Amino acid sequence: MTEETNPAGDELPQPVVHRRRLGASLIWLVPILAAVVGLSLVVHSWMQAGPSITISFQSAEGLDAGKTTVKYKNVVIGKVTHIRLSPDRSQVLVKVALDKSAEGFARADTRFWVVRPRIGLGGVSGVDTLLSGAFIGADVGTSDETRYDFKGLENPPAVTYGAPGKSFVLHAEDLGSLDIGSPLYFRRVQVGRVASYELDKDGKGVTFTIFIDGPYDQFVTRSSRFWNASGLDVSLGANGLKVNTQSLATVLAGGVAFQDPAGPHDATPAQEGASYRLFDDKATAMAPPDGPPQYIRMRFDQSLRGLAVDAPVEFLGINIGRVVSITMDYDAKRESFPVTVGAVVYPQRLGRAYDKLVAQAQEQNGSPDLAPIMGKLVAHGLRAQARTGNLLTGQLYIAMDFLPKAPKVAFDPTVRPLQIPTAPGSFDKLQEQLAEIVDKVQKIPFDSIGKHLDQTLADLDGTLKQVNGQVLPEFKGTLKDARRTLGTTDNALSPDSPLQQNLQGTLQELQRMARSLRVFSDYLGTHPEALIRGRKSDPAPSKPPTEAQPSKQGSKP
Amino acid sequence: MSALPRADELGLIGCHVCGLVCRDGHVHDQACPRCGARLHRRKSASASRTWAWLITAFIFYLPANLLPIMRTVSLGDVDDNTILSGVVELWVKGSPDLAVIVFTASIVVPMLKFLVLGTLLVSVQRRSMWAQRQRTMLYRLVEFIGYWSMLDVFVVALLTALVRFNVLSQVEPLPGVVYFGLTVVATMFASMSFDPRLIWDSRDNDD
Repeated sequence: MTEETNPAGDELPQPVVHRRRLGASLIWLVPILAAVVGLSLVVHSWMQAGPSITISFQSAEGLDAGKTTVKYKNVVIGKVTHIRLSPDRSQVLVKVALDKSAEGFARADTRFWVVRPRIGLGGVSGVDTLLSGAFIGADVGTSDETRYDFKGLENPPAVTYGAPGKSFVLHAEDLGSLDIGSPLYFRRVQVGRVASYELDKDGKGVTFTIFIDGPYDQFVTRSSRFWNASGLDVSLGANGLKVNTQSLATVLAGGVAFQDPAGPHDATPAQEGASYRLFDDKATAMAPPDGPPQYIRMRFDQSLRGLAVDAPVEFLGINIGRVVSITMDYDAKRESFPVTVGAVVYPQRLGRAYDKLVAQAQEQNGSPDLAPIMGKLVAHGLRAQARTGNLLTGQLYIAMDFLPKAPKVAFDPTVRPLQIPTAPGSFDKLQEQLAEIVDKVQKIPFDSIGKHLDQTLADLDGTLKQVNGQVLPEFKGTLKDARRTLGTTDNALSPDSPLQQNLQGTLQELQRMARSLRVFSDYLGTHPEALIRGRKSDPAPSKPPTEAQPSKQGSKP
Repeated sequence: MSALPRADELGLIGCHVCGLVCRDGHVHDQACPRCGARLHRRKSASASRTWAWLITAFIFYLPANLLPIMRTVSLGDVDDNTILSGVVELWVKGSPDLAVIVFTASIVVPMLKFLVLGTLLVSVQRRSMWAQRQRTMLYRLVEFIGYWSMLDVFVVALLTALVRFNVLSQVEPLPGVVYFGLTVVATMFASMSFDPRLIWDSRDNDD
């Protein structure tokens, strides 16, 4: 090539000039584009980022920074970004980045708790977290106040906001075996649960908040009765052994049941937050209202072993109250130790009788005070008795009955509390009678009877000895003789004995004689004349018929 | 002019495709009269192009490292990993060798490229005459290792395709890996658009 051989020559070709195609500055579009993409990412993540909140928990068990999610209705609304200890090391502070859409969760009354697999007596929950790890559950509040610091719940809340249903308040004397989440039963259908409980300010009771799911909340009426259906209610009282339970789950985990009382009642559905008393058991819950209690006192002169506080007080078989105190007293005059029993009675439990008594008292004294009427009743023989309610356990109860034969006693209607005169219990009478019987039995002269019996027995012994020594040997000899006689008899009867042979000969003779007699009578039958003429000589014997065939006879052998 | 002559000084220009030597018209957009390929003394606007690609790569490098690149689901346990957290996890879980490899391929190499190309560009633009030979070697190194920086992308692609045991375990790619791929592509473009001859363009140093 010429160009190659002459590099410095002027014949080198001139390059062709083309139109300019692409400005070099256009390349800057690429980083601008990248910057736009990067910026959009930043903006997007900034837009996505919701508020950052801090939740404090007792423990960070199962929580993992960067992994654990916050869920509401199982929708992820945020993520745990940091976990650290609180400055005083008593708690774990979990920092959560909420999504933009979950901004509304940063409210003052939003609740957070850790969802872990829970296996309790009431059931199993959160099984899905076994594999996926724990997550933080959230329940959005309704407050308008924004907040970024929360105290996490250690247990899932029993009631979530916005759930249909109503809350009510129960008052009880103690917690029993109830707990947060304990089920609530209406006709043995679970309709709600215990949401929370707290001690009363004065420490004299426990107040529960319960939640009844809709639509069952309508079954709670103004007159509903709530009772503790917890555990296995085994009561061994004067009424005998009683086992009561709502369901197998409540036996283990406890629960509350409610129902309207039988009979006419106010069936208006209760208002939200209505307050009720939590009874200890169904029977007391269903009992009609007791009305104001009255305190009475009784003095017993006998031992009250088996009488316990809470033992029933019955009036003509109707339970009208219970024993509240049993104290011992000393009577210096009689030098005895009477037992004073205090009891609370609810006169309204007498029903219509009570109404009539009150009316009568009103009529006679101008006041509904029953004390004067009590005086009359005592004059008619009203007495309190400690009776045995259960022979097996010896439990006592107080029975108020009319004993017309009871000795008269003075009754002071002005003494408070009312003093009810007592009478020895029926069992005590039985004991007295038994004692009398024992006395009589004791009077029997067992000693002399024994002596006589002894002598008689000695006599009998002598007699028996005599029998043994004298009678028995003789009896033995007699028996020997008898055996000998029997042996002789046996010999006489044996086939080869002379007696037998003689007898046989005689019998043969007799047989022969009978035969000749028959021959004779036969002969006489055919020859009656022989009686007169005598016997003819025998005719020649006729020829035997076999003689005609001798060949045949001979051929036989 | 004690230095050795260059084509530029002689008013010559060579075609990159067919090797034809022409007179340099000193105008833009000249083309080879024989094969029609574009003629240029140096790659046109090499420095600015390289800068542009380098900046692009750097911009993409941020989300590539900040966003998770891979999601590992095993028995319901979801684990999102960025490049760095993956390296840390590998190290902690007892494969430091793998951690080193991944760290080198995903962190060291791109950073090295940024540094080297940046240094080259700055030195070229300042017409520095410092260590020209070594700088050329650096450039060759960058070109060479550029092919190997896709390691992370390959790992994620392979794992995603291979680990598909539904509930037992599963690997999903996440947006970070896309940005990482873009970073690698952009750095490769940057190193391609850099003209190493620029290193030698500074005058009076041709000995």
